[in-house]
Amino acid sequence: MLESSWLIPLLPLLAFGTIVFFTNRNPRLSSYISIGAVCASFALSVPVLFEVLQNPVASEFKFTWIDLKGFTIQMGILIDPLTAVMLMVVTIVSMLVHIYSVGYMAGDPRFSRYFSFLSLFTFAMLGLVLSNNFFEIFIFWELVGLTSYLLIGFWFEKKVAADAGKKAFITTRTGDLGFLVGIFLLVSAAGTFNFQHIFHQIEAGHIPAGILTISAILIFAGAVGKSAQFPLHVWLPDAMEGPTPVSALIHAATMVAAGVYLVARAMSVYAASSSAALIVAIIGAFTAFLAASIGLVQNDIKRVLAYSTISQLGYMMLALGLGGLTAGTFHLMTHAYFKALLFLGAGSVIHAMHTNDIWEMGGLFPKMRITAITFIIASLSISGIFPLSGFWSKDEIFAVASGYPHPIFLIVAVLVAFMTSFYMFRLCFVTFFGKPRDQHKFEHAHESPRVMTIPLMILAFLSIFAGWVGIPWLHKGYSSFVFFHHPHHAEPKIWLMLISTVVALSGIGLAYLIYYKGAISADKIKRKFAFPYKVLFNKYYFDELYSAIIIKPIIGLANLLFKFDLGIIDWLVNAFGNFCVFLSEVKEWFDSHIVDGGVNGLGWIFKKSGSYLRKIQTGDLSNYILIIFFGILLIIIFKIGL
Amino acid sequence: MITLNHYLALSAILFCVGIYGIFTRRNAIGILMSIELMFNAANINFIAFSKFITPTLLTGQVFAVFVITIAAAEATVALAIVILIYRHHKEINVDKINIMKW
Repeated sequence: MLESSWLIPLLPLLAFGTIVFFTNRNPRLSSYISIGAVCASFALSVPVLFEVLQNPVASEFKFTWIDLKGFTIQMGILIDPLTAVMLMVVTIVSMLVHIYSVGYMAGDPRFSRYFSFLSLFTFAMLGLVLSNNFFEIFIFWELVGLTSYLLIGFWFEKKVAADAGKKAFITTRTGDLGFLVGIFLLVSAAGTFNFQHIFHQIEAGHIPAGILTISAILIFAGAVGKSAQFPLHVWLPDAMEGPTPVSALIHAATMVAAGVYLVARAMSVYAASSSAALIVAIIGAFTAFLAASIGLVQNDIKRVLAYSTISQLGYMMLALGLGGLTAGTFHLMTHAYFKALLFLGAGSVIHAMHTNDIWEMGGLFPKMRITAITFIIASLSISGIFPLSGFWSKDEIFAVASGYPHPIFLIVAVLVAFMTSFYMFRLCFVTFFGKPRDQHKFEHAHESPRVMTIPLMILAFLSIFAGWVGIPWLHKGYSSFVFFHHPHHAEPKIWLMLISTVVALSGIGLAYLIYYKGAISADKIKRKFAFPYKVLFNKYYFDELYSAIIIKPIIGLANLLFKFDLGIIDWLVNAFGNFCVFLSEVKEWFDSHIVDGGVNGLGWIFKKSGSYLRKIQTGDLSNYILIIFFGILLIIIFKIGL
Repeated sequence: MITLNHYLALSAILFCVGIYGIFTRRNAIGILMSIELMFNAANINFIAFSKFITPTLLTGQVFAVFVITIAAAEATVALAIVILIYRHHKEINVDKINIMKW
């Protein structure tokens, strides 16, 4: 079964090709093909999971792609428990988003194209998680970046969407540059691209520590870009300009988790370099805190979720940096389900209300029961309420953070958990409860069609139960599964669970008091903390900062170069052009006067001489005879004379 | 004794008479007759040379017979042309018939 798992990414690619080349004109058929392909991929992934569960070792299938003398680049698939988990996450979320999109995108003029892009993304993402070497993973890494760009800018008529696409692409490319250099550094030291070979060499200590640390940090730069970690986090909130299902699939559940996946995949590198791992943890913790604090005050429902995503990805990075492979990937999995659910729920609300601003919503609970209930389940899950899946994975992260000698990571993690539950329930209370704020829009609101609510329900189910595989008292749970080669698990810590629950509940309670009961006035707080509020509301002015220190100088330089181009290079080109024109004019004169004159003159000579010579033709017989006679006479005379 | 020179002189005289006729005659038929005179001058030459220089061979005589034949054919064609010209122009004076000019 594992041998044929190369089919898993290939089917969506086929769907993409089919839609692009054949069924582009038929939106309904295109969506069926796309959904069919991803369902088939899912169906193929399930047996892979079971096979890996039974026999958790890595299996690799590869062939040589490029053979240079003494150095080969291979293509292949590597299936280990981490891959199996990612396969399930990607195919399930992708499948549900495909189905949901049929409802959400209904009537869009580029419906077929949308589905072809989704298929292409699914292909790239599945290829990424199945890759067995750094070269291949980089190819798919860029492919997911491309599809992300295409889908963010899907409604490219809107300038903001087009700009957001460019921003996402350029920002992630900045990180990818580091990733590429890191790969080359590591590969030049190890002599192979293959993951397992490289990791074996690292474990055997063949690679110098300096190179290891630098390449680990550079590879992490790629993950920073893709997973929207500080300082490259600015693209993700803007990416919300894309269609909401895309935000759910790419910018919440799967693609942004690729950075986390990469760090998890290269765990051996980080395990061997404690300073690089510490950088990962610090960046993760800092990002988690930064994004969560911004999320507290945003008013766009999707932007709150985007900052929440950044914050949760920071959590995963924090866990991975502290050596918590289990915790990081476990949270990746549970987060994928509840965050996809949150986005799809938000999409459902946006679909009904035609606005993103939470202050135009309110009181939607009775009108959109399924959406509201599933949304609240996801919020409970992300807040870490027992016994939903978020509780178990967040608890793992707390356990890892508490294992670090200094308590700073644990404190940050707890603070972030508090903020998370607060901003999530701020969203819930403002959106679904209270009085409708915009009566007109409220009256038009309605529950979304079945094709959208069923994926919500499935994801709600997963948001509750997916975490149960990681319940720490089950010793054959998620942790022993991912850590297949050296089983390891921290003892469950009851006091941590208690802290996490208390923190989550207090966040929810505060949100309840402020936004439901109105016992504490939000405006009063806003006024009291006017300066911090302003800083948070403007996202710490990162966009402005980047604009001032990066974009403005680059534009200035570009303008300078533009002037140089215009003044010097264009001038040279034009001068040369003018010279050529002058030269051609000279040649033209030569042609028309000398050459044409010669040809015409020759004709003129013949014409003129002909007009004189024809007079000889008198028609008078005696003349002719006289000439003939004297001619013959002359010939004779010459003949005899000579 | 009649020598080769006598014959040649006769032939030359005959030829000159023919030339003179061609130059002076205006009548097309007269010109034709002058041409016949020139042919016959040539024939006399052939036969005279044949008789005096190669008496055993008959090449000159044979050539003279050919010339006579050709002359007959030529006269036929020329007379036919003259007749057609006459029909057309009612005229056989070559000075008047000069339409084949520039």
